[in-house]
Amino acid sequence: MSEVTNKKVFQILVDNNSGVLSRISGLFSRRGYNIESITAGVTAEPTITRITVVTSGDNDIMEQIEKQVGKLVDVRDIHELKPEESVFRELAMIKVRATADQRENVIALANIFRGNIIDVSNESLMIEVTGNSGKVDAFLKLVSGYEILELARTGVAGLGRGTKNVIYLDKLI
Amino acid sequence: MIAADAIVKCLEAEGVEYVFGYPGVAICPFYDSILNTNIKTILVRQEQNAAHEASGYARISGKVGVAVVTSGPGATNLITGIATAFADSIPLVCITGQVDSNLMGSDVFQEVDVSGACESFVKFSYIVRKASDVPRIMKEAFHIASTGRKGPVLIDIPIDVQKAEIRKFAYPETVSIRTYKPTVTGHAVQIKRVIKELQKAKRPIICVGGGVHLSSGAREEVRRFVEEKDIPVVCTMMGLGVLPTNHFLFYGMVGNNGQAYGNRAMNDADMIIMVGARVADRSFSQPDLITENKVLVHIDVDPAEIGKNAGPTIPLVGDIKHVFEEFNKAEISADHSLWIDKLDGYKDDTQNASRRKRHMYSSTMTEEEINALTVNPEIFIKRLSRAMNDNAVYVADVGQNQLWSCANCVIKENGRFLTSGGMGTMGYSVPAALGAKLAAPDRQVVAVCGDGGFQMTMMELATMKQYKVPVKIVVLRNNVLGLVRQYQHFTYQDRYSVIDLGDSIPDFKLLADAYGIRYLQIAAVEDMDSGIEDFLSDDEATLLEVIIDPKLVV
Repeated sequence: MSEVTNKKVFQILVDNNSGVLSRISGLFSRRGYNIESITAGVTAEPTITRITVVTSGDNDIMEQIEKQVGKLVDVRDIHELKPEESVFRELAMIKVRATADQRENVIALANIFRGNIIDVSNESLMIEVTGNSGKVDAFLKLVSGYEILELARTGVAGLGRGTKNVIYLDKLI
Repeated sequence: MIAADAIVKCLEAEGVEYVFGYPGVAICPFYDSILNTNIKTILVRQEQNAAHEASGYARISGKVGVAVVTSGPGATNLITGIATAFADSIPLVCITGQVDSNLMGSDVFQEVDVSGACESFVKFSYIVRKASDVPRIMKEAFHIASTGRKGPVLIDIPIDVQKAEIRKFAYPETVSIRTYKPTVTGHAVQIKRVIKELQKAKRPIICVGGGVHLSSGAREEVRRFVEEKDIPVVCTMMGLGVLPTNHFLFYGMVGNNGQAYGNRAMNDADMIIMVGARVADRSFSQPDLITENKVLVHIDVDPAEIGKNAGPTIPLVGDIKHVFEEFNKAEISADHSLWIDKLDGYKDDTQNASRRKRHMYSSTMTEEEINALTVNPEIFIKRLSRAMNDNAVYVADVGQNQLWSCANCVIKENGRFLTSGGMGTMGYSVPAALGAKLAAPDRQVVAVCGDGGFQMTMMELATMKQYKVPVKIVVLRNNVLGLVRQYQHFTYQDRYSVIDLGDSIPDFKLLADAYGIRYLQIAAVEDMDSGIEDFLSDDEATLLEVIIDPKLVV
């Protein structure tokens, strides 16, 4: 058994059947695989859903995840999105306590990260930041000097770069 | 036509002979429709047995077993049977009635989320929402259950859907599930690699598992291969019977309950070919060891099994029959006679070595002296199975009786050995034997169980009587849950907890009389041979009670 623990992003294409997300998340939990984040949404073909899972474990576990998920009857395809060949994005909404005199500073930070201010009240600001997880983490670290009232992160979505690994949905149907 | 009629039409189209089940309001439309066909229904006495009987039927007929029960408690009772079938990859289609679809999710009478409950131990499950989906779902269910790595498929169908009209019924001729395409043909390059390694190997061995029985026709191909290429064979519990036990290339069952010479053979081999076996804990407690300094080939139709417990040198995904057909085309000229001589030596060593003391109460008596006093179940099983027909089906239950059976059952040329291997479900043997007998009325079917397991499913004596299914049942009676007792003896220093069946065991003679079943008893050693002869002398349902010592250990 290898001892190396690493992080991987899997892209799973599934038939949009009822219960498919619970089948996949259930498989992860009962076999003891980690889920760091999971996102799901329909693709351009409405009967197919793309699920992106960020997971960690040693190489044996990674291999089992690929095989066990691939074995599920609903699953069309599972493959790794390798960091060097893929683009990842995550969206975070951060509500920070900011009085009138603090507002300027928070907005300046948000601008550096190309964040948007999407809600303002007398005591708070809501910022939307999009980027890979590292960027979101970095922004959160910066604003942690202020009081974070609420935080929502969507989890990672990703796609392979270029046309090399495209799975053409019309060929799946 | 209503959807329930359509389900029945689909079962007819699939060539279903028997439906095992138990009705209730939520499945009544189906049980009304089935009156219009020639499909025979078997009313079990508890739903778990419906799945076990379907399982026994499936394993002997090679077809898909079908169990149909009602919602709520009917469905939950079925669950143990489904999990048992899943663990051993037995193809079943299980249909459960469900409450009215408008009421689903509101916890009404006899509602349970059975598809949710079974999620992790079915191959696939459906909740039927539209009557018009019935033909497609039925076709897919039978296809999924019986292809690739086989297994149970669950169809949950609300009562209002069963009653809904279907305008046009057509059973699909083909299946197209875009996400489900099991690999059947082995990869040609991998097959070549195996042949090449086999050519080089000095001490090859093949370890067969339950997959060989599940792949139709694989048993013959495997047998041809080992006989032509002179390769010794060991098996897992589920692989028993791939070769007859007296076969000149058969070296027993492996694992902590297996034969020492079988395990020794595995350890000494320089090349192991695992065929349709999971490399699970009871067969391989240290899977790492079988990869050490060996070429490990793992052949399985389920890619997820390969490398799960042991990393093979050559993975080979495919149907065993196909793979061995390809193997059989290859020319291999290797002489394994030295290796086989060595294994024969191991076998003789084990048989001559002084055996572990099996009776705990006597330190002064020899094994022979004790065997003269009480019936030794190992000797009994040897003699019973030796007296059975060439193509008999031996169904072992779970517990000490299972381990004695595995080690001592003589499986002849066309014999079969069935047991609940993966789940170890007590009470499996009687209903499974019943299903097996229905699948093959001409074959002798003998269930061998303990007094614990028997009491879990002895209500099926009523089913046997009602449908005149002449199953032979052996109950090894020792008044205790023997395997747990044995565990507590060794692990908890004789602190016995909740293992005593005591004097509350019913009088089995009266019980057999109550169900109109012939009863025999073997209590003394001298009655053993005549008792066995009498037991097997006819084709009537018979209950044979064999009194054994509760202090025996396996």
